[in-house]
Amino acid sequence: MDASVYLIQILNSIQYGLLLFLVASGLTLIFGIMGIINLAHGSFYMIGAYMAFSLSALTGNLFLAILLGIILSVILGIVLEWLLFSRLYRREHLEQVLLTFGLILIFEELRSIIAGDDVHGVPIPAFLNYSIPLTENQSYPVYRLFISGVCLLIAGAMYLFIQRTRLGMMIRAGNTNREMAQSLGVNINLIYRLVFALGMALAAFAGMLAAPVSSVFPGMGNQVLILSFVVVVIGGIGSVWGALVAALLIGFADTFGKVFVPDYAGIAVYLLMAAILLWRPEGLFRRA
Amino acid sequence: MSEVLLEARGLHTYYGASHILRGIDFTVRGGETIGLMGRNGMGKTTLIRSLLRLVPSRHGELHVRGRAMTDAPPHAVARRGIAYVPEGRGIFPNLSVRENLVMAARPSVDGKRHWTLERILATFPRLAERLHHGGAQLSGGEQQMLTIGRALMTNPDLLILDEATEGLAPLIAVEIWRIIRQIRESGIATVIVDKNHSAVTAITDRNVILVKGSIVFEGPSTELRSRSDILHKHLGV
Ligand SMILES: Nc1ncnc2c1ncn2[C@@H]1O[C@H](COP(=O)(O)OP(=O)(O)O)[C@@H](O)[C@H]1O
Ligand SMILES: [Mg+2]
Repeated sequence: MDASVYLIQILNSIQYGLLLFLVASGLTLIFGIMGIINLAHGSFYMIGAYMAFSLSALTGNLFLAILLGIILSVILGIVLEWLLFSRLYRREHLEQVLLTFGLILIFEELRSIIAGDDVHGVPIPAFLNYSIPLTENQSYPVYRLFISGVCLLIAGAMYLFIQRTRLGMMIRAGNTNREMAQSLGVNINLIYRLVFALGMALAAFAGMLAAPVSSVFPGMGNQVLILSFVVVVIGGIGSVWGALVAALLIGFADTFGKVFVPDYAGIAVYLLMAAILLWRPEGLFRRA
Repeated sequence: MSEVLLEARGLHTYYGASHILRGIDFTVRGGETIGLMGRNGMGKTTLIRSLLRLVPSRHGELHVRGRAMTDAPPHAVARRGIAYVPEGRGIFPNLSVRENLVMAARPSVDGKRHWTLERILATFPRLAERLHHGGAQLSGGEQQMLTIGRALMTNPDLLILDEATEGLAPLIAVEIWRIIRQIRESGIATVIVDKNHSAVTAITDRNVILVKGSIVFEGPSTELRSRSDILHKHLGV
């Protein structure tokens, strides 16, 4: 294999890993800060992808569809937190798993009723729909680079939000001492609602970005959900930075697994997880 | 007389089945300095936590600046101008000194910012030196200064200090008392819990003694100092 093939696989690994990071970062925050195991997180990825599909068909513009989709998923996240998740904070993990598993079934059923069970493609916007030639017969699609770029921007924005803004400080403060944050006048419940909605919206956004390369299809959230939990566990529960590193590791393990050991590609990711957990049972980055 | 900042009537608080507060009436007026006393386990912390709505009371009423807050969440009570320096300090170890202060910043109830980051750092020069250290890296005294500074960043009208000098070296404790006096002189009402009774009565206007969740004495410092029977019986002095 020549170097350009490696380059393509590396770019694919990064793009896949970063997309996974968008989903997993919300999951790790919701799990780490609010203590909720949210199995329906993958459903938001699916919902995002289907919103990209139906809203871009409606508006004829993927970016407009994504903008509308983000607004809708934030609203949906807020409503769900208010109606359901806010009642789960003090409950057992088993109850959380039951409720959120129920939500997966409901969302899949709704998807089937509204959009049917067919696989749909989502067109790539014309100005991103070309490839950069690498060698005479190898080229790389610009839309995938675009996905990586957007994900990196969001990762940077999240970092600034959590580390530099007062809201980010309050989130971190509430994470270690909820009562103290409250008695300084911080409305922790409102902040949790916001974090929850943002986490859900990030998963939906990842689905929207991915839709043109992955198509939209029934059950598409499930695979992503499982991998996201792997990322959360490897990265260390509650660590956004850990999620980024872990997501990239998974991206590389999965992509290169498929290239070098195609027969075992399915288990490459889980072998990596087992190895890392044997080495560091709390994940790469322990919760701050 | 100045405005009533906080008024509790007939508070009863339980931890599970144990009845801790047994009908407490407690009032704080603007600018007042109150000593809250009693031996260990008599319910001082529980009373404070009930006033701040950090623990629910089963009976009784709570008004903060005239507004009923009997069922209010803790952040709402805080936002009516009450700040808290808890037992054991409660700094955020994962935030830097600066972040601990900045996250709490808020104008007072009447919209003024008397206490800014600059003023806090001028009041606590040691914090200025350690602005970018993590909260967990501070010494006990520095942590206490940070907790007090952080409470002041909310520009409160009432500051409640629960054992603020506990476990500190004597020289550091003196420094903390100096700061508490300074806060009191700036016009902020204070409720002070401290084992050092003479230091408390030296600066308080009024004192309340708790025994097993009931108030057994309430009166001015001059009166309390002359009542050696009470000091001996309820405080072991
Ligand atoms: N979280 C709790 N659960 C059960 N009992 C408690 C708890 N906190 C305090 N208590 C009990 O309540 C009583 C009053 O405690 P506290 O208010 O902390 O007293 P003080 O601050 O005056 O030392 C004590 O008997 C103590 O053992
Ligand atoms: Mg106490």
